Amino acid sequence: MKIVVCIKQVPASNDAKIDPETKRIIRDAVKSIMNPFDNYALEEGVRLREKLGGEVIALTMGPPSAEAVLREAIALGVDSGILLSDRAFGGSDTWATSYALAKAIERIGQVDLVICGKQAIDGDTAQVGPGIAAHLDWQQATYLMEIKPTDKNTILTKRLHENGYDICEVTLPAVVTVVKGINTPRVPTLKGRLASLKAEIPTWKPEDISAKTEQLGLNGSPTRVVKTEPPAPRTSSTIKIEGTPAQCAKELVRQLRLRSIV
Amino acid sequence: MITKTETEKANFRNVWVIGEVEDGTVLPVTLELLGTARELADKRGSEVWVILLGSRIQNPNLFAYGADVCMIIDDIRLQHFIDELEAKLLSRLIEKYLPEIILCGATSRGRALIPRVAVTSYCGLTADCTQLDIDPNNGDLLQTRPAFGGNILATIRSSNHRPQIASVRPRVMKIKQPDNDRDGITIFETILPSDEINNKKVVEVFHDSQSAINLADAEIIIAGGRGTHGKAGFELLRQLAQKVGGAVGASRAAVDSGWIPYTHQVGQTGQTVQTKIYIACGISGQIQHLVGMQSCDLIIAIDKNPDTPMMQMADIAITGDMFEILPELINEINLR
Repeated sequence: MKIVVCIKQVPASNDAKIDPETKRIIRDAVKSIMNPFDNYALEEGVRLREKLGGEVIALTMGPPSAEAVLREAIALGVDSGILLSDRAFGGSDTWATSYALAKAIERIGQVDLVICGKQAIDGDTAQVGPGIAAHLDWQQATYLMEIKPTDKNTILTKRLHENGYDICEVTLPAVVTVVKGINTPRVPTLKGRLASLKAEIPTWKPEDISAKTEQLGLNGSPTRVVKTEPPAPRTSSTIKIEGTPAQCAKELVRQLRLRSIV
Repeated sequence: MITKTETEKANFRNVWVIGEVEDGTVLPVTLELLGTARELADKRGSEVWVILLGSRIQNPNLFAYGADVCMIIDDIRLQHFIDELEAKLLSRLIEKYLPEIILCGATSRGRALIPRVAVTSYCGLTADCTQLDIDPNNGDLLQTRPAFGGNILATIRSSNHRPQIASVRPRVMKIKQPDNDRDGITIFETILPSDEINNKKVVEVFHDSQSAINLADAEIIIAGGRGTHGKAGFELLRQLAQKVGGAVGASRAAVDSGWIPYTHQVGQTGQTVQTKIYIACGISGQIQHLVGMQSCDLIIAIDKNPDTPMMQMADIAITGDMFEILPELINEINLR
């Protein structure tokens, strides 16, 4: 099975602190990390290869520094990484991002399965996975808790919904997105780390993936961010309740009553 | 040409709501979207259409909630969620009727379906909006959504493309009082042979019986973390949740310890929730948890340690042992 795992470099939120005034997160000098959901996507790709044989390729689009997440993916067991990086890709919304990734997947060729994390933690859109599937006109299955290959051309997927799950049979080639519960990712081995240091990572430009330039980057993106602002601050003071358990419970109920909640 | 000229844009009219139908029942998120769609359409002087794809759809009566037109495809092949089939149908209906705006629930289903439609129609899509407005002059939809775990509110336009599509976070928009005197038109459409998807099928469906109310539908969430100390602690949370009609949430630490399934996890690698009340019990408030719940209206924290980030950011912070306070709270509620 030939598998492509799409990953993304995102700002880490670990370092952030809470602003005591606004009660919101302060993000200064934030590091970059691999999108946490992508770890599960990579692990699932590697496990499928271990079971069925074949090849796993990690694919990302971003600035040249995004190469770091591809090396991390190689350390975790994927065979190779490809970086889509060019000014022409800059400013892409989810339409243009999924277009570029789909063109890269076409260029890789003979791909059976594309795996993505359920969403990236910076944009939180969950739109790129289905977007890639649409550009390729492939089947899709999202929010997966389980992937079971049945025969050469089909997989059984366990799709998570708000109130349960269903089992859906999907015909390959397909694009799937996975949630955290699907597996427990391994830690990189020494051999993996060495491979990641030595790996040659090709950078692909728009001409390498035969993309229409008018559909790339900001030009190809139907949406425009016209304003960003911090959300309205939370109430700036915390009401502190202390005392015996019974007193605490009474006071809480009184507070809720003041707010006409009970 | 990819972008649309002013003349082309003028052909696109009305606000569509993509209804969510499960086992023939129209889900509440549809009513939320209809209220918002009605406001937008009134500002723009256009109609609200609701699109229902499903099997054996029960008497929806959506006119009372603001729809002018109810377009239905009722077919056994739509009994279960087949992304590609629904996307094909919607793309074809869009081409036929040219809506200016489309709203869809930012549910697991909506978020899977609508990007396929946006790609096919080459139009803008904004995920998980919490606020929508319209520029009445040109019909531009002003779509506001949280990003970076709720730390930024971004407003997005898609001025040169039509239709404009937004998925809307469930439980943020309020359902309007039904007006039973309102009436409208019903249009029936069908699946054409060219729409069919024959090689994908849903084999089995399971509804989670463990939690009667799930996180996405809850108005109150009682969540536990490391300080819940195990399954017994979560049993206590469940009792309170049952009492107040809420759902049980959990921090990553609690999920990773195996005290409660992953589907209850709130936070960066779990679900983002925006409930009226969030009660955090023994959750220290790692940043990854806070980004998943900081937009809740009222945050109540209970912890022995008054200095945790959660206790600092909460609206109401109770210092104490949840194992002592929660039973008292349940008592107090019983008295009422």
